Amino acid sequence: MEQKAQDTFILGGHAFTSRFILGSGKYSLDLIKAAVEHAGAQIITLAVRRANEGGMANILDYIPEHVTLLPNTSGARNAEEAVRIARLSRELGCGDFVKVEVIHDSRYLLPDNYETVKATEMLAREGFVVMPYMYPDLNAARDMSNAGAACIMPLGAPIGSNKGICTKDFIRILIDEIDLPIIIDAGIGKPSQACEAMEMGAAAVMANTAIATAGDIPAMAGAFRSAIEAGRTAYVTGMGRVIDKGGSASSPLTGFLQD
Amino acid sequence: MVNKTYINESILNDDIKEWQKKNRTNHMAYLPGMEALESEVQGQVIRAMESYDYTACTIKDVSRALAHESRTPEDFAALLSPAALPYLEEMAQRARAETRRYFGNGVQMFTPVYIANYCENFCIYCGFNCHNKIRRAMLGGEEIEKEMRAVAGTGLQEVLILTGESRSRSDVEYIGRACKIAGKYFKVVGLEVYPMNTDEYAYLHKCGADYVTVFQETYNSEKYESLHLAGHKRIFPYRLNAQERALKGGMRGVGFAALLGLDDFRTDAFATGMHAYLLQRKYPHAEIAFSCPRLRPIIHNEKINPMDVHEPQLLQVVTAYRLFLPFASITVSTRECARVRDNLVNIAATKISAGVSTAIGEHVDEIEETGDGQFEISDARSVREVYADLLRLGLQPVMSDYIYV
Repeated sequence: MEQKAQDTFILGGHAFTSRFILGSGKYSLDLIKAAVEHAGAQIITLAVRRANEGGMANILDYIPEHVTLLPNTSGARNAEEAVRIARLSRELGCGDFVKVEVIHDSRYLLPDNYETVKATEMLAREGFVVMPYMYPDLNAARDMSNAGAACIMPLGAPIGSNKGICTKDFIRILIDEIDLPIIIDAGIGKPSQACEAMEMGAAAVMANTAIATAGDIPAMAGAFRSAIEAGRTAYVTGMGRVIDKGGSASSPLTGFLQD
Repeated sequence: MVNKTYINESILNDDIKEWQKKNRTNHMAYLPGMEALESEVQGQVIRAMESYDYTACTIKDVSRALAHESRTPEDFAALLSPAALPYLEEMAQRARAETRRYFGNGVQMFTPVYIANYCENFCIYCGFNCHNKIRRAMLGGEEIEKEMRAVAGTGLQEVLILTGESRSRSDVEYIGRACKIAGKYFKVVGLEVYPMNTDEYAYLHKCGADYVTVFQETYNSEKYESLHLAGHKRIFPYRLNAQERALKGGMRGVGFAALLGLDDFRTDAFATGMHAYLLQRKYPHAEIAFSCPRLRPIIHNEKINPMDVHEPQLLQVVTAYRLFLPFASITVSTRECARVRDNLVNIAATKISAGVSTAIGEHVDEIEETGDGQFEISDARSVREVYADLLRLGLQPVMSDYIYV
C-alpha cells in the first residue's frame, strides 16, 4: 500500500495519484458526480464551450470541487483560436490547466499538430499548464515538449471511435523518447484497452465516449478505474517477457562459457 | 435520375396555373450584383443526382450499406431507395448508435426569430410569397431587442434569425444590426435569410453570426424554375452556391435542406446529402447541418401537403443522412408534431426548436405591428415543455455548446 501511495505523476507541479482522466461530455450532467466517484478521478476534462453555457444548466455546477478541471479548447480551428479559448477559460475561473485541441476537420476530428505546437508555445508562455492533444508523431511531440508542454496526449484512435490503441507502435516511441508524461487520449473503448495503455508505460489514460455510451455510466467508470490500476501495477512491477514461438533454452548461445 | 413527371398537385390552384403559363426569365442566369462563384461543386451535385437511379438499388445494396463502418455515396443512395424501407427499424437502430457515439445524449435547443416577412419572390408553396395577401411587418431595432430579450428569458442560448427574402426591405445592414442585438442575449446566432455574396457573409460573421442555413428546396433545376416564378430566389445557381460563399465568408457552419414533397423526395434528399458531403470534403473544417422539412399548409392554401413523404419516408431520409454523415447536425422543425419530433431526437436528430412562432413580433405583447407566419406549426410546446420532455426521454438538453472566436 505504501508503494502505491507514492506512485504519482506530476503535471504543472501538481502530483496526481489517479491515472484516469475522465471526460464530461456526451452524458447527462447529473451523472458526472457519480462517474467521478466511481472513476476515482482527480482530473476531469470539460469543453470551455460547454462551461460557457449559462441559463438553465451550467456544467461547472455539477463537477465536484476537489477535482482538478482540465478545460479543453475544442472549437478552435487554429492556434490563435485555441489561445483565445484558453484565456476565456481562465476568465471563467477554470484554472490554469488547459488541454489544447486544435481541429479543423469536422469528419474525423483529427488534431492539427502544427497549430498545436504553436498554441502550446503561446500558452506555456502565458503560464498555462499545457496538455496538447496530438497525433502521435515524434517530431511534433519533441516540438511540443520544447515549447513548454506539461505532458503529451497522443490519440490511440480517432476520437469517439472506441477502437483501442491503433497507434500503439508510435505511442511506444513517444513513451521511450519523451521525458514528459504520455497520456493516451481518444479511441480507448474498453477497460482492457485502458489496461493495455498503462502496461505500455503510459502515465495516464483519458476516456470519455466509452463511458458516456455505456449502459451504466458510473459502473463503467469503475471498470476503467480497476483496469487502469491493474495496468499500472503490471507496468511498475515489470512484466515477464513474451515468447513468440515454442520454448527456449535459458542460454542457448552462451551456455558453453566455463569461466 | 430526375423524375420529370412528379407534380405535387396540392400546391397548385387556378391562379398559380395561370401564372405558370406566363413567360419567365432564365433562372440559370445571374442577376446584376450576384457574385458568380467559380465552383465545381454544383456540377458534381447535379451529375450525381442525375445518375441516381433508386429503382436499381437492391436489398443486397442496402444490407451492404448497413454493414459498412464508413459509408460511401453509393451506400447513401441505397439507404434512400425504396429497397431500404423494409430495413427502417435496423436503419433507426444503427442511426441511433451513431448519433450517441458522436453526440452522446445531448440535444441542442434553439428557437427561430422571424424579424421580417417582406418578400420579393414568388415561390408558389410559401406563405411569405409576394402575391400572398398576408400582414407584412418588419421589426425595428427596439422591437428586435424586445423579442430577443423575451426569447432569452425562456432560457435558450441559441437563436436563428429569419427574414423573408427581400434584399431591399431587409438589407444586409439591417440583418447585421439584428445579429449584433442577438449577440447581446445569445451565445449562438444563426441565419436563415436570402443568399448573399461572400463579402456580405463576412460582414454578418463580423456582426456575430456563425451559421448559415439555406434551403435549396429542390435540386431539380427545371422543377425549381416552375416553383419559383419570380424574384432573386429564382436564380438556381446563386442559391446552390450560397453555402460555399458563406464558408468563404468565414462562417463556421452551413445548413442544407430540400423541402420534401416539392419534387421526388428521394432524389432531392440524395442531392442534399451529396451537396453537404462534397462541400465538407472541400472545406474539411465546415460544420454541416441538415434540416428535413416537409411541406406544410400556408395561409390561403390549407391543402398543401407533402404527398408521398409520409412518416416512414421522413424517417428514412433522416436516418440515411445520419448513417451517411454521422457527424452532421440534424434539426427537426415544428413542421412536425411532438410525437414525431421526440422520436426523431431519440434516433438521429440533434437539434430541436421550442417556443416557436413563424410570425413577426409574436414573442412579446407590446409589438403592435405583427406579421403573419410562414407556415403552420405542428408543435406548439414551450421551451420548458420541450426541455422536460427531452429529460424524460433520457436526453440532455444543451443550450449552447459553442464559442464565438
